[in-house]
Amino acid sequence: MSTPASTQLLASNTTEVRPLTRVAATRLLVLRNYIVYRDAWKLFLTGFLEPLFYLLSIGIGVGALVDSFAVGGKEVSYATFVAPGMLAASAFNGALLDSTFNVFFKLKYVKLYDQMLATPLSTGDIARGEIAWGQLRGSSYAAMFLLVMLAMGLIESWWAVLALPAVLLIGFAFSAVCMAATTWMRNFQDFDKITLVQLPLFLFSATFFPIDTYAGPVRWIVECTPLYRGVVLCRELTTGTVSEASLVSVVYLLVMGVVGLMVVRRRLDTLLLT
Amino acid sequence: MSDTLPDSTAADAAETPLHDDAQIVARGLWKRFQQGSGPSFDAVKGIDLEVRKGEAFGFLGPNGAGKSSTMRMIAGVSPVSDGELRIFGMDPAVDGPTIRGRLGVCPQEDNLDQELNVFDNLYVYGRYFGLPKQVVRERAGELLEFAKLTEKSKARVDELSGGMKRRLTIARSLINKPDLLLLDEPTTGLDPQARHLLWDQLFRLKHAGVTLVLSTHYMDEAEQLCDRLVVMDKGVIVAEGAPLELIRAHSTREVAELRFGAGEHAAHAELLGDLGERVEVLPDRLLVYTEDGEEVLARTHERGLQPLATLVRRSSLEDVFLRLTGRTLVD
Amino acid sequence: MAVSTDSDAVAPDAPPAAPRDLPFVEGVQRQVDYWAIVWARTWRGVIVSSFLSPFLYVLAMGVLLGGFIEADPDELEGATSYLAFVVPGLIAAHAMQTAVSETTWPVMGMIKWQRIYESMLATPLQPRHLVGAHLASVALHLSATCGLYTLVMLPFGVFESWWGPILAFASQVLCGMTFATLVYAFSTRNRSEEGFGVLFRLGVFPLFLFSGAFFPVSNLGDVGSWLARLTPLWQGVNLSRMFALDNVTWWVAGLNVAVLVVLMLLGWRWSVSGLTKRMIT
Repeated sequence: MSTPASTQLLASNTTEVRPLTRVAATRLLVLRNYIVYRDAWKLFLTGFLEPLFYLLSIGIGVGALVDSFAVGGKEVSYATFVAPGMLAASAFNGALLDSTFNVFFKLKYVKLYDQMLATPLSTGDIARGEIAWGQLRGSSYAAMFLLVMLAMGLIESWWAVLALPAVLLIGFAFSAVCMAATTWMRNFQDFDKITLVQLPLFLFSATFFPIDTYAGPVRWIVECTPLYRGVVLCRELTTGTVSEASLVSVVYLLVMGVVGLMVVRRRLDTLLLT
Repeated sequence: MSDTLPDSTAADAAETPLHDDAQIVARGLWKRFQQGSGPSFDAVKGIDLEVRKGEAFGFLGPNGAGKSSTMRMIAGVSPVSDGELRIFGMDPAVDGPTIRGRLGVCPQEDNLDQELNVFDNLYVYGRYFGLPKQVVRERAGELLEFAKLTEKSKARVDELSGGMKRRLTIARSLINKPDLLLLDEPTTGLDPQARHLLWDQLFRLKHAGVTLVLSTHYMDEAEQLCDRLVVMDKGVIVAEGAPLELIRAHSTREVAELRFGAGEHAAHAELLGDLGERVEVLPDRLLVYTEDGEEVLARTHERGLQPLATLVRRSSLEDVFLRLTGRTLVD
Repeated sequence: MAVSTDSDAVAPDAPPAAPRDLPFVEGVQRQVDYWAIVWARTWRGVIVSSFLSPFLYVLAMGVLLGGFIEADPDELEGATSYLAFVVPGLIAAHAMQTAVSETTWPVMGMIKWQRIYESMLATPLQPRHLVGAHLASVALHLSATCGLYTLVMLPFGVFESWWGPILAFASQVLCGMTFATLVYAFSTRNRSEEGFGVLFRLGVFPLFLFSGAFFPVSNLGDVGSWLARLTPLWQGVNLSRMFALDNVTWWVAGLNVAVLVVLMLLGWRWSVSGLTKRMIT
């Protein structure tokens, strides 16, 4: 049995409770995820290997069979061509995984968000915190991947420095939209539909071959898809073929992310605050 | 009545509580669930209540009575459909974060963070309240002591027993030293030993002056812990008062329980109807409400009836509930 | 749980006690209804994951990227187009992925989360029956996937003979089953979710990319190509491709089959012993 000191421990005293700003709340949610991942660093580290393996296999192995491609009027090797595609695609895949399966698990199975909402945190804080964490994780992978590209001589311009923020933008846009989609999921079977969208985007967004492989309307459709915007943006940056048209991709992804974030907040309100 | 919400002018302004130290004031509080375009469901239908500082207040009722819906509205995670609700004099729809900063919430199902260890569950949760790191670390250590979990500090949540998880959830709800602690069915699913340990801890909280609001469908729990309680059924309050007051007002001093062979209870009830103030027929026994239970047993035998088993006991809240609703509490 | 040895306690007119060991085939048959119900519930998802995704890979890599590759049969292990080269490899690699996904999470789920094995073992069934029925379901899944995949590829003209695709199909299923037994054995011994993450990232994924499915292993250099030839997936990819392209070196084919069969039998033994150790303590 405990000591009489417990009376003091248990007595009400909420004077030290402080209101949280948005930034502070987001930081706390990132802290929570950091504590979880601190012990799973092996998983964290191996996550980086995935795009690297793709680059070595497709870029180098298959690349030996392919002639060079032209990007913005410049001849580049197949590996140089495909590496920025891998960079964008891995940001896309990472964001998708974080904001669908992981969020669904926390939302429906372990009821993590319910316990957070019993504290001063709001649904907006939760959405921002989860997305911010996904971005941190994604950008550390992206930074490592860019260094590998540099070491392999696959970077052609100083513009590549901006590829890191570009990857963040891709991750943000997809995290927000996918998290919004997740709020409509009812069970794990529904995730087959996510795969149904994920794989075609990954394979056909001019990741592995140039956009002029497509003709006419098909090409226009591909040019309007979000991952394609991300892939060309990264490719323009690492090969140094940036133009005003690159801004279209930036604005596209930015709008997508902001709209997604707004939807997530509204959906979390209706799901959790009943 | 359930087809229309009462118009809100009927509900008195909750800003004028009867007592200055009221921490929860509800007037005409209503919760309606609407699933798409389907029929709506009224979980709480215009209840009035006041909970004062330092009180241990109970919601008693069977599953589906509206206890959890009311608790969720008080916790500020469920919008009020109609009526007025003030927590610490504030409106949860406006000042949600500020109110929640002063509340401790222990939900019906443990929603601990499965990915964090025991200590980090307290630490991370405490940080959500904006508490400084050092303060949270200190309190987390003390609360683990209080919850008798110090040795499990580094354990994963899924290694804990049901009772340990419950104690951790309660410890977690105390991390901000709340002014008001909400406990939804705190001992459901626990074995008797774990229940008594938990009751002891709740007594100590009460002693320390923390306002407790708990919901339960266990009569003994309500009698033990609550200074005052409301009995809820189908979304409305059917009785209110201290446990003993309620028993005195709605039941007799003693109850004689008589068990006969299967299917004989209804017939025997008629034969014994005059022995007590009232006779209730349950599927497995008869309850005779009386001032003197032994007398009822003696008279039963005099009439040549041979019950298979008998029991004389004091009236409890269970009997109050049966009287008020015609139903038993635990289904 | 102690088994009663007091056989006298059984009433004299009771039916004779069941033999101590349930025959293997009968034990597996008794689980047919269970697996039929599981299949009835999940077949839609199976179509998406086991058919649509490999088809998209073929379209993207084989047809579209393949359009940029000048086919030289000397460079492509005898294939006259990159599509013809990549399809048999992709089917074999897909057989591996199907087998792995059917023997990781589902096995852990049945041991740890839904505890289905526990309830099955409370009946006369024994661990080897459970392993047998589970792997039979995987074999059915593999046959359906690889068969369907092969049928869809017929009009693309990637097969060189009528018997080639049949033998290629058999080698894909064999390759899948080798992975199924090995990974099943791993799953009975693996206690953490993290273990699977590492298995996928450091095992399945590199195999998928570097075992000759997408490009000839000779592109990996001397050391790299020999390392690749040591992997079980390469045995399956190579068999599948030799048969599909009608370019068979029979002693190599015999060696490939032997390696796969030996690994599969070892995997089977480890699976039964692993499940027995895990469930019967």
